[in-house]
This record gives sequence, C-alpha cells and structure tokens, in this order.
Amino acid sequence: MAVSHVWVYAQVVGGAPTAGTLELLTKARALGGTVSAFVAGDGAALAGPAGAHGATTVYATGDIGGRLPGIAAAAAIKALIDGGASPDVIMFPQNYEGRDAMARLSVKLDRTVLTNNVDVAATADGVAATTPIFGGNLLVTTAFSGPGPHLVSFRPKSFAAEASGGGAAEVKAAPVPDLGTSGAANVVGVHVEQSSGPKLDEANVVVSGGRGLGEAAKYSLVEDLAKLLKGAPGASRAIVDAGWVPYSYQVGQTGKVVKPGVYIAAGISGATQHLVGMKGSKHIIAINKDKEAPIFGIADLGIVGDVHKVLPALIEALKSRS
Amino acid sequence: MVAMNITVCVKQIPEPSSPGALDPSTHALKRDGKLILDESDAYGVEMALQLVAAAGGGEVNVVSMAPNGETSGMRTALAMGAAKGVLVSDPALAGSDALTTAKVLAAATKKLPAADLIIAATESSDGYTGTVPEQMAEVLGLPSITFAKKVRVDGTTLKVDRQSESGYDEVECPLPAVVSVTAGVVEPRYPSFKGIMDAKKKPIDTHTAGDLGVSPAGWAGAGQKVVSVQQAEARKAGTIIEDDGASHGKIVAFLEDLKVI
Repeated sequence: MAVSHVWVYAQVVGGAPTAGTLELLTKARALGGTVSAFVAGDGAALAGPAGAHGATTVYATGDIGGRLPGIAAAAAIKALIDGGASPDVIMFPQNYEGRDAMARLSVKLDRTVLTNNVDVAATADGVAATTPIFGGNLLVTTAFSGPGPHLVSFRPKSFAAEASGGGAAEVKAAPVPDLGTSGAANVVGVHVEQSSGPKLDEANVVVSGGRGLGEAAKYSLVEDLAKLLKGAPGASRAIVDAGWVPYSYQVGQTGKVVKPGVYIAAGISGATQHLVGMKGSKHIIAINKDKEAPIFGIADLGIVGDVHKVLPALIEALKSRS
Repeated sequence: MVAMNITVCVKQIPEPSSPGALDPSTHALKRDGKLILDESDAYGVEMALQLVAAAGGGEVNVVSMAPNGETSGMRTALAMGAAKGVLVSDPALAGSDALTTAKVLAAATKKLPAADLIIAATESSDGYTGTVPEQMAEVLGLPSITFAKKVRVDGTTLKVDRQSESGYDEVECPLPAVVSVTAGVVEPRYPSFKGIMDAKKKPIDTHTAGDLGVSPAGWAGAGQKVVSVQQAEARKAGTIIEDDGASHGKIVAFLEDLKVI
C-alpha cells in the first residue's frame, strides 16, 4: 500500500500555526500523496499557512469550548474516517494535545501508535518511523505491520519547515460528536507563566541549570548569564521537579527540545532525559564538578569545576566587556 | 468526605542505572533481569495514598503487567502502603504494543474493587511511549486528565492543575476518571521496615491475558515491527579542562570565536 493520504495534526496558537505544525506539513509532502491538516479549533487562520506548506484541505472542528482538545479531536477524526475519509498516515506532534489525541484515536480505530519519532519514510507497504533510544545512541526504525491509518508522533524540530508555495487550503467542517462520559473533563482556568527575553525553543543561546547549583536561590546565576548572552534560561528536570523553576523552563525528553547555536549546561550531569532535549545544539559548553558526568561526553568545551566559582567569574568577565 | 478506592498502574522496569540493551532477535528492550518499581510510578502511588487518607477511607491497589511473574516492583508499592495487587504475566504478552498493554491493564483493573480514580505516570522510564493512561481511559470509557502536576478530589469532582506549553490549565472532571501524574507532583515516601515486612504478606493475584479476555497479544498481535537498529552519529569529543580559577576565560574565548559576544 503506497501512501496516498497523509494527515497532519495541526495546532494554532495566537492566530498562527505552531512551528511544529509547519514542520510536520513539510515532512508530510515528502511521503507522497495528498496532505491534509486537522485542527481542533477554527480553521480560518490555518488555511493560508497550511496551504503554503503543501496541504490542500484543512479539517477544522470549530470552537471546542472548554473541552480538552486532544479528546475532542480524536472523536472528530474518528467521525471523518467513519464518514469515508481514508488517511493512510496521521502525523501528530509529541506534546500534550498530540499525545492525548493519538492515544484516544488509537483505541477508537484499534490501531497501534509509534511515538517519540524523529524521522519517517514511505515504504513499499506503508511507513516506517525512526526513534532514538538510550539517550540517542541508537536509532530504531519501526514499520507498521497492520493496516492503516498509521498513527505516528514526532518530537519538535525533527524537520525543518519549508513552504511549497501552494495556495490556501480548502477548509472543511469536522464537527465534534457527542463525547459522552469520556469527554467530561473541562478546562476551567488557564495560567500562563511569563518569562522575559527570547523563548527557550527559539533562543540562539540557552543557559540551563541543574542540581549542581545546590539550591533554588543560585538559579539567578543562570538567569544572569542568559541575560548577558541575550539567551534564554533553561533547566534540567531535577530542579523543575524540585520546584526551583516552573515546568516551562524544562529542557529534555518531557520538556522542550532546543537546538540553539550555543547551549551552556551548568551543574547538569547529563541524564538521558536531558540529553535528548539538547544534544542537537550546534555548540555545547558544560560546567560540572564531576569529571565522569555524561554531559562531558557531548560537550565541545567542558569545564570540570564548581559552578559557584565558574559562573560568577564568567558573569563578571562578560560584564566587564560591556 | 466519602471513602474512595484508587487503582495505580505500576511498571516494573530494569534497574535504570544498568545500561539498556536490545534483544538481538526481537529488538525489544531486554527485561529479563531483576525488575524494580519505575521511579515515575512512585509518585502515583504516593498521590493515591495521600488522596485516600484525605478521603478518610478506602484503599489503594496496584496493577502491573510484567514477564516471568515478576512482583518485586509491585512489592515496593505495597510496602509504601498499597493494599493488594493484580499482576498480568503471560509469555504471550511479550512484545505487546502500547495499545495491547492498555487493553490488558484496563481489564486488570476490573479484578480489583471498583476504582473511583485510576492513576498512572505520564510515561514509563524505559519505553516512554506515553500513551497508555489515555488509551486505558478510552478503553474504559472514562474521562481523563493527563500531565497532572497537582491533583485534588472535591466530593465526586477531580480537580487538576495540568501542565501546558505555556504554564498550566485548571481542569475538572467527575469521578470515576483516569489521571496521569508527572514526576514531582508529590514526594514519594520511603517504605518503612514494617511496611516492607507487611508487603510480603499482601496478596498479588496473577492472571494471564486469556483470563482477562484480551487478545491478540505479544509479537503476533503487535501492529509494529522493528526493521532496523543503527548507531546514531556521535558528537565529536571536545576539550575538557579542569578549572584552575581562570577557566571562565576559556568560555569567553569560545563564545568570541562563535561571535556570540
């Protein structure tokens, strides 16, 4: 079965498609066949950019109110398929909404899922997806062995977004059917944790701190250095779990995937969970007391030393230059 | 408050500090050594114990799927305070995909007292597919809230602070429900000596996939097949220096070379 129809699970934030949406649409074109986008929300803002990235159709649920988007989306996609739509592959972003949608849909369609992928290719009888394991040391490629639709999710920044120059996609309604008991969860409040400076996943310089900082108050060293380098502060999962900084700072498998020009890891040992989120950085500088720390295995410049000494000295040196 | 029963899904995984390996013929993660309670699941067990204590009654039970009748990780959950467990262990389940796992665990929960709440971790530390809790909810026809960083129960309403890309959302749903919790949601207790001793006597019922009426399972039923395993391109080793009090100068020079400063 060659691939004839590829769907991309799209997301719109603040009136524009997310970076991940455009990345997936770009890759979808390479699989062959037609490309459609699906969005749990209003399709108007998506029609232009999705078309420009190769989609001919946008399926949109319209306003979903306070329902959790992934759960509403899965029901709407199932209804489209029951109504005759026949995607061979549905590509999801590896994030909260994408994971919910693909998991619910997996049961509704009785199809398995492949998650955490960084690549996908068409095969003679479907698609095969590639995921890094053991901290990215091995790449495992897995093919679906049953009939489609094949449900695959991808880590952010797995592909570079590139416009194809297509015209606006046609928007078609994808109404959400009655969700019954399983759709009984409602969002009753939204809280945005503000941070100043460039966004973590867009900054050219990222400075991240970990347990080696010793205490929450010392995280200000990381923030000061990030500010001096016009970068964004990040964090390992350990200090997010410890409550030192909000989750939105987390770099890693379950946080943000970053690929800055320069990544500075301060007091981070380099657990697999963290490495997965930053090893795509162009240049890596690591400061850690333990010379056996795994982070040194991928650092371009490694300083075996105490972050409480090296960071203040570095901050002073940078300040004296400006 | 009324008494509530909570079922926690726990995974028993190889010791994370030992290097992982793939079975050369099946390309599945090797899981034939001693298995321990996935640290991610200790948060769910602790959360459940706290919620039941706050409700003033009820019990916490655990379900797990593991090869070779392995129970040592489940015993850790029982030592923390869970009452009993259901284990699904069946050679036919080796190689199961996430969907089959969800079907098996969903069926296993029915062997326990009806749960007001089912708790799971957002993803396991070894396979991290990250879809099983939500798939279970769909199999059971229950509402679900994933990625919970704060959980409380108010009467028959579940109230959750759920992580979002930009902060968190407050989400509510009626019980019974499924919730997946992130690491750090609570601080897991260490089992006491008495807890460890008691856990040895607590019941764990073992079932096969057939007992639960779940099929297909294992390699035959998995909708996926590993077609290749390759070494990833390694990053080139860099310069490692010991701090002599002036190493920050090396960082400045490095940043200058890259024209960052």
